[in-house]
Amino acid sequence: MGKLLVEERKVVVPGEHIAEGMDYLPAQWTYRKGDNILAGRLGLLAVNGRALKIIPLSGTYTPKKDDVIIGKVIDVAMSGWRVETNSAYSAMLSVRDATSEFISRNADLTKFFDLGDYLVAKIVKVTSQKLIDVSTKGPGLRKLYGGRVINVNCNKVPRIIGKQGSMVSLIKNSTGCKIIVGQNGIIWLSGSPDQEVIAIETIKKIEKEAHVSGLTEKITAYLEKKCKNKPAVMPEEDSEENSEEKPAAKPAANKKGEQ
Amino acid sequence: MAYTKRLDGRKQKECREIVAQAGVIKNADGSGYFKIGNTVAYAAVYGPRALFPKRVQDPSTGILRCNYNMMPFSGMGSRVRPGQNRRAKEISMVTEKALLPVLDLKEYPNAVVDVFIELTQTDAGSRCAGICAASIALADAGVPMKDLVAAISVGSVDGTLVVDLDYQEEAYEEGEEGVADIPIAYIPSTQKISLLQMDGEITKEKLIEALEMGKEACEEIITVQKKALKEKYNL
Repeated sequence: MGKLLVEERKVVVPGEHIAEGMDYLPAQWTYRKGDNILAGRLGLLAVNGRALKIIPLSGTYTPKKDDVIIGKVIDVAMSGWRVETNSAYSAMLSVRDATSEFISRNADLTKFFDLGDYLVAKIVKVTSQKLIDVSTKGPGLRKLYGGRVINVNCNKVPRIIGKQGSMVSLIKNSTGCKIIVGQNGIIWLSGSPDQEVIAIETIKKIEKEAHVSGLTEKITAYLEKKCKNKPAVMPEEDSEENSEEKPAAKPAANKKGEQ
Repeated sequence: MAYTKRLDGRKQKECREIVAQAGVIKNADGSGYFKIGNTVAYAAVYGPRALFPKRVQDPSTGILRCNYNMMPFSGMGSRVRPGQNRRAKEISMVTEKALLPVLDLKEYPNAVVDVFIELTQTDAGSRCAGICAASIALADAGVPMKDLVAAISVGSVDGTLVVDLDYQEEAYEEGEEGVADIPIAYIPSTQKISLLQMDGEITKEKLIEALEMGKEACEEIITVQKKALKEKYNL
């Protein structure tokens, strides 16, 4: 009879014995050695029926198909752009995946995306050699104007977004900021400067306390306290969402968020 | 007279006091601190990240790059010349080879994992402390790895087998049989040795016995390393 040696949702370290016997099966980041199942990475143990897997707590972003990420244009090529993805590999955004409008053969590509521009993109393909194709065609995928960009641990992104986006909409509603969270751990926010600061502080707090249960209540209380002094300039920001389509005066320089 | 009593009063199989910690360098993707007696090592891991120049990339797997460095003030009195030297290069290389068997970098073609090991204080056994710190740092960085690696030096001082030699023992000159200093790195899950070097001379029987003592000590170190990692995440 198989035996679990570690409680569920406890931290396991590489090489740690997780289970004995053949009743359990190694899944993501675990491996079988003889009769035992061992951890192949640092993280939290998750038991799913007979399958044992590890939920990573740290580590750089690994590009996955269908992830929506925030990238930065680092090069303009013949027929596309090279986009930094906050991982070990950069992605390619080709002209045909960039926009549905017509781009003539000899057009100046920097008119669409210039060096240093940030954009929301979806990963359409990742090869075994980690060549990545991204697309900016689709709902919500676009170039970003103004605002600020911050970096978080990409393993905490699900927590920052929350179930059905509950956590991020909580922050959006209390601070009135527009927030886009990329799966690669890059977050873009835009709002009034003092509210942006509150939003960043809250995100950093979530990142730090991602393991705490009942975090949503805690964050609600935190935001209420923070926003009490300066009530958020709320709804009108939301209705502006669509008006962004009109060409902004000039792509504002993107500031790196303070560390 | 044989070396019956150790200079600092430790038992034959006793290591110096060990302190380990994870996540000491916030800017790094992962970091580790390992102190054994007066030898102190810090390790910082960056990556997997893009690797340049392109000619050093390996399309079949990610690579590991270690950098061992003793700080100028880390020695015993005299200043250690900063920067790379032949000894540091060799230790960087053996550290890499000691750690590589547990790492699984197949998922990161053309990329690199950088490990920087800095020693702020040394009293013999610095490469072993470096490997221990690096192993903590790699696990902390979330690099896929099959197991942790522990390292310790074993040896014989004037015919007596001891674990974890300090500088005084390494430089012991009074005996007739001399000193053998054998740093080893050990992977517990496979029970394999991934680093084995030696200074001095030792008989075959004693070497085998010394290695067994080393393995036992490494098992102890592994528990310290595991505890350090769990302490960081179990808040």
